Amino acid sequence: MPENVVLEARDVVTGYGEVEILHGVSVTVHEGEMVAVIGPNGAGKSTLLKAVFGLLPLRSGRVFLKGEDVTNQRTDEVVRKGLSYVPQVDNVFPSLTILENLEMGAFVRRDGRRDRLDQVFSLFPDLVTRKGEVAGRLSGGQRQMLALARALMLDPQVLLLDEPSASLSPKMVGLIFDRIRVINQGGTAILLVEQNAREALSICHRGYVLAMGANRLDGEAKGLLENAEVGRLYLGA
Amino acid sequence: MRLPAPRRITVAQVLPGLAAAAVTAVILGISFERSGDVGAVVSFYTSFLTVAALLAIISLGLNIQWGYTGVFNFGVAAFFLVGAYTAAIVTKAPATAGFENYVGGFGEDLNVVPALATDQWFPFLVALLASATICGVLAFVLSIPTLRLREDYLAIAMIGVAELLRRITIEEHGLVNGTRALGGIPQPLSGLTSNADYKYIMLALALAALLLVFVALERGVRSPWGRVLRALREDELTTAASGKNVYAFKTQGFVLGAVIMGIGGAMFAFQSRAISPNTFTHFFATFLIWTMLIVGGSGNNRGAVLGAYVVWGFWQATQLIQTYDLPSVIALRISFIRDLTLGALIVIVLLLMPRGLLPEERRVSIWAERQVRRLRRPPRDGPDAPAAPAAADEAA
Amino acid sequence: MATIEAGRERFRAALRDYQRAAGGFLTGAGLWLLIGLFFVWAFFQHRDALVTGLVTGSVFALGAIGITLIYGILKFGHFAHGDSMMLSAYLAFFLVSGVIVGERQDTQALPVNLGDLPGAGERIWEFSFGYGLLLAMAAAAVIMAGVFIALDRAVYRPLRRRRSGIVIFSIASLGLALVIRSLMLIFWGADPRSYTRGFRSSFDLLGTRVLYDQLFIFCMAMLLMAAVYLLLYRTKLGKAMRAMADNPDLARISGINTEQIVLWTWGVAGALVAVAGVMLALQAQLKPEIGFIVLLPLFAAAIVGGIGSPHGALLGGLIVGAVQEVAVSTDFPLLGEVSPGYKFSIAFIVLIVILLVRPRGLFGAKQ
Repeated sequence: MPENVVLEARDVVTGYGEVEILHGVSVTVHEGEMVAVIGPNGAGKSTLLKAVFGLLPLRSGRVFLKGEDVTNQRTDEVVRKGLSYVPQVDNVFPSLTILENLEMGAFVRRDGRRDRLDQVFSLFPDLVTRKGEVAGRLSGGQRQMLALARALMLDPQVLLLDEPSASLSPKMVGLIFDRIRVINQGGTAILLVEQNAREALSICHRGYVLAMGANRLDGEAKGLLENAEVGRLYLGA
Repeated sequence: MRLPAPRRITVAQVLPGLAAAAVTAVILGISFERSGDVGAVVSFYTSFLTVAALLAIISLGLNIQWGYTGVFNFGVAAFFLVGAYTAAIVTKAPATAGFENYVGGFGEDLNVVPALATDQWFPFLVALLASATICGVLAFVLSIPTLRLREDYLAIAMIGVAELLRRITIEEHGLVNGTRALGGIPQPLSGLTSNADYKYIMLALALAALLLVFVALERGVRSPWGRVLRALREDELTTAASGKNVYAFKTQGFVLGAVIMGIGGAMFAFQSRAISPNTFTHFFATFLIWTMLIVGGSGNNRGAVLGAYVVWGFWQATQLIQTYDLPSVIALRISFIRDLTLGALIVIVLLLMPRGLLPEERRVSIWAERQVRRLRRPPRDGPDAPAAPAAADEAA
Repeated sequence: MATIEAGRERFRAALRDYQRAAGGFLTGAGLWLLIGLFFVWAFFQHRDALVTGLVTGSVFALGAIGITLIYGILKFGHFAHGDSMMLSAYLAFFLVSGVIVGERQDTQALPVNLGDLPGAGERIWEFSFGYGLLLAMAAAAVIMAGVFIALDRAVYRPLRRRRSGIVIFSIASLGLALVIRSLMLIFWGADPRSYTRGFRSSFDLLGTRVLYDQLFIFCMAMLLMAAVYLLLYRTKLGKAMRAMADNPDLARISGINTEQIVLWTWGVAGALVAVAGVMLALQAQLKPEIGFIVLLPLFAAAIVGGIGSPHGALLGGLIVGAVQEVAVSTDFPLLGEVSPGYKFSIAFIVLIVILLVRPRGLFGAKQ
């Protein structure tokens, strides 16, 4: 395995109950890289993130974080080792204040919380002024910002994002993608699952196309954007 | 000719029979050992079976509420009590001033056609009807503030109702004679035999009532109505999304269960002849019934009946132990120890056998069962007729 | 014709608005006004009952906060709460007196107990008990925390692993309630007991005699409520508890060890239950059967305040306690006097009223 791979999922097989959703999917994320996973509805994109993060037990396959095998480890262990995950919905604590939400994001951190809080606030200046308010009062876009901020509190090695643009206004989508790019430029590797394939590929370095729970295509984001098959199937071109 | 392959028998298959057999053996064994007289054993077993049948009716009522509808009623005692007291004050003669005080007392008025010996049966039918109606109305009224809410709110509200009703029977001295108990409740068809043999008539009546309720419920839960009930217990949202009025169905299940409990309570009053507020403690009238349903298997009417038999047997067996010469440390605490074992029993069953002795059946449609039976019927001339699989037997 | 139709429609709309406004008032500001009026009226008309009610209510609040905590984190109604309160009261009684029922239902005292410590029985200030009882209470708190954690390991965690429905948890807790009650009866019998014998001194508060013990109970309850508040809103553990009550999945995702939070919750609830039990026994009496019945006011308090809200539990407890005591000392029109036997049933009436008017409770989150 090359030295600079931070996250690798190898031949992941998983599912719910009797239904198998992923039949052996592999993805790799290198240091400082931003990788998009795209594909049609039901391709198993979100399931892949859950499996990588350990929320869904793997039936076979392995997940490595910085070369260390973290397959089927307890979530708090995985988080401690530097993996953060932002679910698509219900991604804030509605009755906790913004500040408390961020504190929860740093739950496993032992030191440097205050500095980290300042860094995160500098990324999301809107949140500073409202830090005493409960998260339930925030608008959809602000919630998404808070969810990102919460996951960043850990200063993770890899950030897993599940459809951050879902159910947001186009203007808000632009803002969110802008923030994600800034986060990545700060050195955090990102694995991004998106329905909004064109937008996602335009900010990512590389991309994977999933279909029917299996790898279909992968390569440079630019190449995928220009790929005829991808264009026809998923970009509506 | 091929022989049917031997069926593999699993523990789960024999456990229900085993539990019933064990309870029966212990009950009969101890009572024979204590009395040494077959007559006494028969007499004991008769009254045991009668009470078990009546409690099974109430357990069936709870099964409709919890097992089929998912209504979390922790106040079975409320309907049990109302059913029993209603039956008592309908059938009794009016209170004579002095030591007994209660309302009602229509027994003699209801002897409408003495030539048909109406005193033997008519007041009791009226009483059953009255008990069922009042329990149904009570359930309906209670459903208004509670059934739309979270299920555990209903549980605590029902504990409250049961406690309030029991308090009323204690505090309102003129209503049902308070803590001094309501005795001398008439018994149906008591003119047919001598006092000593009446218990057999009571047993027959109890079993008949149980059978009637059981058959009616089995028809009910295998109808489209029953399927909606079960669907809504599993997932209210989906059921609502498929266009069913969840609240109305829940109310129906709750009221029907209460009506059945009322009938059971009424029969219980006839059987025991005397009832007092202390009969309807949370422990006896709610908890014991819940244990019966959990042990037997909620969502399965046969389970509810089997559970009533097994748990009542367990309860009576531990009572029989009291007749032995126990060390006083135990003897003085035996009733508490019995409570303890019952509480532990329910926790253990929930942990080790969460679906009960007779787990819920998967297929619940009369129509579907008929189709299956038709498909599985062996061809008339074929020697290769497949042996009927176990599933078909279960469905029958 | 059209104008008549339009007029009728306008009238209907106005009526609807009016109804909505009236409903909003009754379930919002009006409800608060009513509660305020009740307390003012009770203060002038039934001061004795109000004082007793507030003291009892503070004990209910302590119990209710445990119910609310368990409900928030584990999402089920803990029906063994009342019996656990009584059990811890008996544990404290046993620790301070060594008394246990003997072979023939006679009273036996163990030779060693906390009450034998030098001066342990001497009254503190004007209270009816010495430091022995306080030590026993602290010990009972530790024991109950352990008992709750052990029960979670033995019963609730296996059910959690199996993803049982919340009702199964409640039924299991009811089974445990019965076990706990039986244990009390086995070890201490059915006769009522009390921590101290003899005279309880009192003082005059605005024309009402208040026992010093009652003052102690009230202050102790308030102190603990404040402690719980600080725990939940000022400590990392407490915030994690609230986070878990809010969104258990996200709590896990954030790296919070949820099983550990569950154990802490049981520990805190156990300690609270122990103090609440001792306070209840000090205010009323030590009797096994009270354990189950007290569930009603406890749940009523939790639901009235809004389940999941600690300050709601406090206010709910005080309201339920006060209404209960005032009701049995009031001569109602039509009904006449309400027998004290109904005391615990009044909590039920309060519960039903709040469920009808404002199901989420006073401080509960909108659903």
